Amino acid sequence: MSMQPLRRVMSGLKGGLLGALAVTVVGALPAAAQAPAAGSAATLDAIKARGTLVCGVNTGLAGFAQPNSQGVWQGFDVEYCRAIAAAIFNDPNKVRYVPTTAQSRFTALQSGEIDLLARNTTWTLSRDTSLGLDFTGVNFFDGQGFMVKTSTGVKTAKELNGATICVQPGTTTEQNLTDWARANNVQFTPVVIERLEELVGAYAAGRCDAYTTDVSGLAATRSSQPNPAEHTILPDVISKEPLGPLVRHGDQRYADLVRWVHYALVASEELGITQANVAQMAANDTRPEVQRMLGKNGGLGQMLGVSNEWVVNVIKATGNYGEIFARHLQPIGIQRGPNALWTTPGGQQYAMPFR
Amino acid sequence: MSQTSTDPRHFRAPPKRQLRLSWADERVRAIVWQVVIVGIVAGVIWWLVRNTQHNLEVRRIATGFGFLQREAGLPIGEHLIEYTPASTYFRALSVGVLNTLKVALIGIVLATILGTLVGIARLSKNWLLAKIAAVYVEVIRDIPLLLQLLFWYTMLQGLPAPRQAMNPVTGVFLSNRGLRLPFLDWQVAHSWALLAFVAGLFGTWLTARALRRKQMADGKPRPLWPAALGLIIGLPLVVWLAGGAPTAVDWPALRGFNFQGGFTISPEYFALLIGLTTYTAGFIAEIVRAGILSVSQGQWEAAQALGLRPGVVLRQVVLPQALRVIVPPMTSQYLNLTKNSSLAVAIGYQDIVSIANTTLNQTGQAIEGIAIIMAVYLTISLSISFSMNWYNNRIALVER
Repeated sequence: MSMQPLRRVMSGLKGGLLGALAVTVVGALPAAAQAPAAGSAATLDAIKARGTLVCGVNTGLAGFAQPNSQGVWQGFDVEYCRAIAAAIFNDPNKVRYVPTTAQSRFTALQSGEIDLLARNTTWTLSRDTSLGLDFTGVNFFDGQGFMVKTSTGVKTAKELNGATICVQPGTTTEQNLTDWARANNVQFTPVVIERLEELVGAYAAGRCDAYTTDVSGLAATRSSQPNPAEHTILPDVISKEPLGPLVRHGDQRYADLVRWVHYALVASEELGITQANVAQMAANDTRPEVQRMLGKNGGLGQMLGVSNEWVVNVIKATGNYGEIFARHLQPIGIQRGPNALWTTPGGQQYAMPFR
Repeated sequence: MSQTSTDPRHFRAPPKRQLRLSWADERVRAIVWQVVIVGIVAGVIWWLVRNTQHNLEVRRIATGFGFLQREAGLPIGEHLIEYTPASTYFRALSVGVLNTLKVALIGIVLATILGTLVGIARLSKNWLLAKIAAVYVEVIRDIPLLLQLLFWYTMLQGLPAPRQAMNPVTGVFLSNRGLRLPFLDWQVAHSWALLAFVAGLFGTWLTARALRRKQMADGKPRPLWPAALGLIIGLPLVVWLAGGAPTAVDWPALRGFNFQGGFTISPEYFALLIGLTTYTAGFIAEIVRAGILSVSQGQWEAAQALGLRPGVVLRQVVLPQALRVIVPPMTSQYLNLTKNSSLAVAIGYQDIVSIANTTLNQTGQAIEGIAIIMAVYLTISLSISFSMNWYNNRIALVER
């Protein structure tokens, strides 16, 4: 057994306490040292002065955020950190990644430990209002589902009456599960473990009959099992899970930048701007919206507090939304589905106009 | 002898010293320093509280304990009191406190028994037994508790699935879902019998005291066991028979995914209990060994020379003196065990920390959540400390 899980569990345990302490102590410092604290309108300036973006990501979820064998963070959420760093610094590598657990993520952002939380977090009313945080958009439309061992022969979620179900605590997943079970009169025994690795381990070892989380997470877990065919994701989707990046409440200028980086990724896909052709399009494309987006005119970048070539820098670094999706999520078996562009049937990804 | 001295030094109060407002006066200096230090501490606390309030307001983070009355909606696998996801956060947290107490109290009892046995074994003249105890203590003490918990939990997951459950005795099933035992279909008569059992224990204790007083008076030892047997076994039996002698048993049976009925010990609880018990027992063993070794050999020999039997020597001579050394550090171990139970989060046993963490995550009220956890542990720990201190004072040797 390596020491890795030990360290991670300890950090998970400390998350809540550190957050509480941070709220108590941060901001007690003189105003000058208080730059990253919430409520101040200077997050972007603080990031520029520091020279790096501090980005909170998952501790390890295949396809979304996971270090590769060289220790470089990769994934769908990680690309958002890289895109924002590219927009600010024209360098997608000026990011420091902070792994956060389901429980430590909000306090990490509240306390100013991270500038951005890009960690498959569901947008809900209570989170939007009571945490002192703001959601900047939906970069992934998800829904909660169940995964079972194929050998159990379970075909729909309602057959899970009497089952033991593995679930991560401190997430909307837990609440959706109980809501759904009450609505459908399904009795179940929960096994609640915070660390994803231990939870998936318990499911794989047969401690639970089913494992529930967002379908994207199920697909990621299934793909990382030794034999994915042994596991089946049930067709039932029991909730809406719009996932998106979060920033602290009160700094609208910085929130605007994060929001528009997402729209830039989606709009680039709409307009056919890709990592390969972005330089050439910036030089030659005559469509007015493309010219405004890629900084030829309009001064849109300045309005956001970054250089006018920000979209060029972002797309050079990460490619457009469709490219990011194809690179990280399609290999683990997640289809575009609702995350296709609005121009395709069933698609919901829609960018606000660049003008 | 009465004191009838006429010497004025025996009854006259010492002359009052004038308090001079001068730095040279030791008492003035002491008062000034105390005021300054209390002032600094109060100032720091006031500053932290004010900052916290200010920051919470600026960040628009909700405050207060109003959330305790809201519906929790979180699933809890093990609960000693009635709980459904429709219950309030307060109820959910109470379940968490009871779960913590359940593992801490049983853990303390088991760790004390195991630790005492190992501690005595380490002093044994049997070479093998002594070495085994020594190896146990060294290995258990030197591995972090969290790793031990993960080890036990992983081991328990290696048990077979419910359908292939081990079935050593009729009605007992051991699988990776835990240990299922048949349990009495609980009736009112059982509650009365249980009450009679507790009353029997108390009666036995009173009898033992009365018998000891008589022995002190005339020196003749009297047997306790007939009264104990009657009170502890007989009384509950009579009550149970009078209640109609219900014998229905709730047998566990495999239905659908899992066993239904009976009584379950979950793998999470079991792993935590074994981990805490074996770990703490390693430390208790050393305390017990130190305590027994602290009683000088002369005491043993002197007691034996008086013709006392070995059991009496241990009970009446050695143990009272050893306990003086054993009890204070034992309190620390009990506190450690209780606090270490918060590692339950790692293996999915829903104790107070686990449930409070989920609560603070769902409500976003970290400060209140952490305050609740701290208050719970402080209350449990202070209760243990007080009762152990009371016990320590009781057994302390009275110096004459």
